[in-house]
This record gives sequence, C-alpha cells and structure tokens, in this order.
Amino acid sequence: MSSNTIAVTVHRGSGTSKELRTETFDVPAYDNQTVLDVVSWIQQHADPTLSYRFACRVGMCGSCAMMVNGVPRWTCRTHISKVLLDNTVEIAPLRNLPVIKDLAVDMDPFFDKWVAAEGVHHTAVTRDDPIREIDTSGESRQQADAGIECINCSVCFAACDTVAGNADYLGPAALQRAWTLLNDTKDDGREKILAAVSGKGGCHNCHSMGSCTVYCPNELDPMSAIAGLKRETMKQFFGGRKSTATKQGQGDA
Amino acid sequence: MLDLRLYMLQRITALLMAPLVLVHLIIMIYAIQGGLSTAEILGRTQGSLIWFLFYGTFIIAAAIHSAIGLRTIAFEWIGIKGPLLTVFMLAVGLTLFLLGARAVWAVTYA
Amino acid sequence: MGGYLRMKALARSHPLWLAYILHRVSGLLLALFLPVHFWVLSMAITNPQGLDTLLLLTDSVAVKLAEFGLVFLLAVHMFGGLRVMALEWLPWTGSQKTLIALVSAVSFFIATLFFLRAV
Repeated sequence: MSSNTIAVTVHRGSGTSKELRTETFDVPAYDNQTVLDVVSWIQQHADPTLSYRFACRVGMCGSCAMMVNGVPRWTCRTHISKVLLDNTVEIAPLRNLPVIKDLAVDMDPFFDKWVAAEGVHHTAVTRDDPIREIDTSGESRQQADAGIECINCSVCFAACDTVAGNADYLGPAALQRAWTLLNDTKDDGREKILAAVSGKGGCHNCHSMGSCTVYCPNELDPMSAIAGLKRETMKQFFGGRKSTATKQGQGDA
Repeated sequence: MLDLRLYMLQRITALLMAPLVLVHLIIMIYAIQGGLSTAEILGRTQGSLIWFLFYGTFIIAAAIHSAIGLRTIAFEWIGIKGPLLTVFMLAVGLTLFLLGARAVWAVTYA
Repeated sequence: MGGYLRMKALARSHPLWLAYILHRVSGLLLALFLPVHFWVLSMAITNPQGLDTLLLLTDSVAVKLAEFGLVFLLAVHMFGGLRVMALEWLPWTGSQKTLIALVSAVSFFIATLFFLRAV
C-alpha cells in the first residue's frame, strides 16, 4: 500500500518558540489531489489539532499559501503530483512571517506594510463630481490592470530574500500595490505614494532578485512594478514636475 | 535599508565607474605583457595629470560605491543597524578613500 | 532543521536570483580586495624593492590564476551592475535584458580570453 500513500512532513510552529517541530503523516494518494487536500486530510483524519488557513479553495482569496518543498505556493491550486519528491513532500508555514500555530502565520506585518506603502485609496473627487474617464488602452491603465489581480497571498513576500534580511522592507506585494495606484487615474495619492516608497523600507531596497515574479501564483510581475517605482522616484529626484504633468495629461485624455 | 539618496549615489558612482573599469581592464591586459615591474608602472603613471585624475575619480567612486554596498550587506546579512550602520559605512568609505588616495599619490606625484 | 534549510534553498534556483548572488558576492570580494590592492601600490613610495618582489610573484601560475579571478570578479560585477540598471531603468522585457546581459558577458569573456592568449 506504500505506493498509494504519500509521506507528508509537516513543519509545525508554535507561538512560543521560533523552532518548528516536524511530524510525518502517511496520507492516502488520490487522483487530482491538491496540497491543500493533503493538509485537510491530515487535519480531518490524523490530527484534528493541526491549524492551517484556507477559504475559497479556487485561488481567489489568497489565504492558503504555505511553503511546499521550500517554495511558497498557493496550496489550493497546486497539485500534489507536481511537487512530490520520491513520494514525499515537506509543508511548512509561510516564510518571513511570524507563526501563530502550525501552518498558520500572522499576516499582520504583511498588511501593515501594504498600508505603509500608501496602498490605500486616495480620492480627490466627491460624489458631486463627474466620474473620471478611464482610457482602457493607455499604458498606465494596463499597468494598473495587471497589478489589481493581486490576491494578497503573501507568496512573493515569503519568496523574497530582501524581506528576510530587512525587517523594514515593505516587500513586493505592497510596492506593487503602490505602483498600481500610481498608475490609476482615479487615485490622487501620487506625492504620498512616492514619499512612502522612497523611505527607509522603500522600493530602493529591492535587489531585483526576481523571486517575487518567479513565484507569483497569478503570474504578476512585482519586480517590474518596483522598477517602475524606482524610475518614478528618480524622475522626482531630478526635479521632475514633468512626471506629474504626464499623469494628469493621461487623466484628462 | 537603502533610501532614495543612497540608491542614487550607488547608481551614479556605478555609471561613472563603468567606463573606468573598462579602461582599467584593458590596461591590466596590456600591462601584464612581459611581466610587471615598479619601474614600468611608474613609467606609465608618474607625473601624469591624466592618470592622476583617472585613478583619483576611480578611487573616490569606488570608495563610495563599496561603502554603500557593504552597508547593505552588513545590514541584511549581519544585522548591524541604526547609528552603528552609518558609522560602519563612513568608516569603510573613509578607509578606502585614504588608502586609495595614498596609492594614487604614490604612483603619480610622490 | 537541516531539512528546512534544504527546502529554503530550492526557492532560489532561478537565473535572476543567481545573478543577484553573483553580483553581491563579487562586489563583496572586490571590496575586500581593494585595501590590499591600494596598500601594495603605495609600496611604490614606501618600499619600491618590496613592490618589485611582489610584482615578480605575478609571473607564477597561482598568482596568474588569482589575477584571472580578480578580472572575472570585476567584469562580472560591472556587467551584473549594468544588467541591474537596464532591468530597472529601460522599458525592455525581462527576457530581452537577460539575453543581452548574457550575450555581452559571454562575448566579453571570449574576447578577454582571446586577448590574454594573444599577448
């Protein structure tokens, strides 16, 4: 029966210790089984105390990301057959975030940085003003359209070595959000965003190692978004009122 | 923990050094023909304003570039932070500048 | 936690990460080499005979190899840096930039090797 089971090693964290303890479970193998299915099987049939997080199971909510054989992945859309090594797999809580219990991490630092990067809506119009036109074919809009597909799963945050070594660094997802808003005609936070991403933990800490872009489950490109922020902040550095004018120009078009 | 100013300084010194490095590589390849000697090096550089400016610019840019680079590594890999990190960066930059300036002086005008 | 370390290593096996680590390590080694380089050159005033003795060492194979290593570090750090700036500043696609960096680095090394053999 051994070929019909998978040896799943779970790295379980606790809120009290930084060390993870490992436990291996034999999980029956099925066709079309995802990593999340495997974790759920353990919780339902082997150890009901196993804590982990998921919600939608279809790759939309961004809550089930874990380290699978050392790679951050959305577990609900990752087939176990794709990641098995000699019929074994190692599953651990997401890297770069504090572990609450077992496979569940505290996402607060991730979302706090999202806000710190000015990843919030900056409006300048009221309900009495006309709705701003969006030029759907514009370069700026295409950049924004790509970025809004982010599901906040924190896979990029877990993949990034700069995040690992630099507690202040805002990280790929938050910076990509900043880039998205910078390119959104309906957002008026340009000055605030550029200031937020130019600080101590800002976009200039990025070393373009590209793990964010390589591992993003939605195939987004945070590395290029961060490069965009570097260009915009540089334009500002060289006294560019010009870039502001361009954005407004696009808004009027 | 690079902010915009250090980032710009790192890129500007990098751009400045790119052509200098190319020339330096070419000179190295040219100079090692038939072995190196003190007389040969000094024969090329002594009393030359051009080489003084070339290497002078080079060591200033290299000192700044190295100091910022080592600062990032010290922070990310060793965990040095706060004022100590700034002291570390300045010490690296100043040491490299002084050693470099002494070397440039030695092969040009000393 | 050896197993966990092994797991972590896997998340880095892609070209951009390798380019990053090559750039960082080459930069670190160059920065460590610089003080030695400057100190040796300063011997032109402090100790010319000593400098000549050191420079004679450059004829040995071991030192030649070390020199090759330094040329490699310098070239790889320069092209790696130009690659980073192209990546950040120029609106090309990632694969185009990687290709350009690869082509220029490879051609540079071929040219250097050719040149070193020719002289």
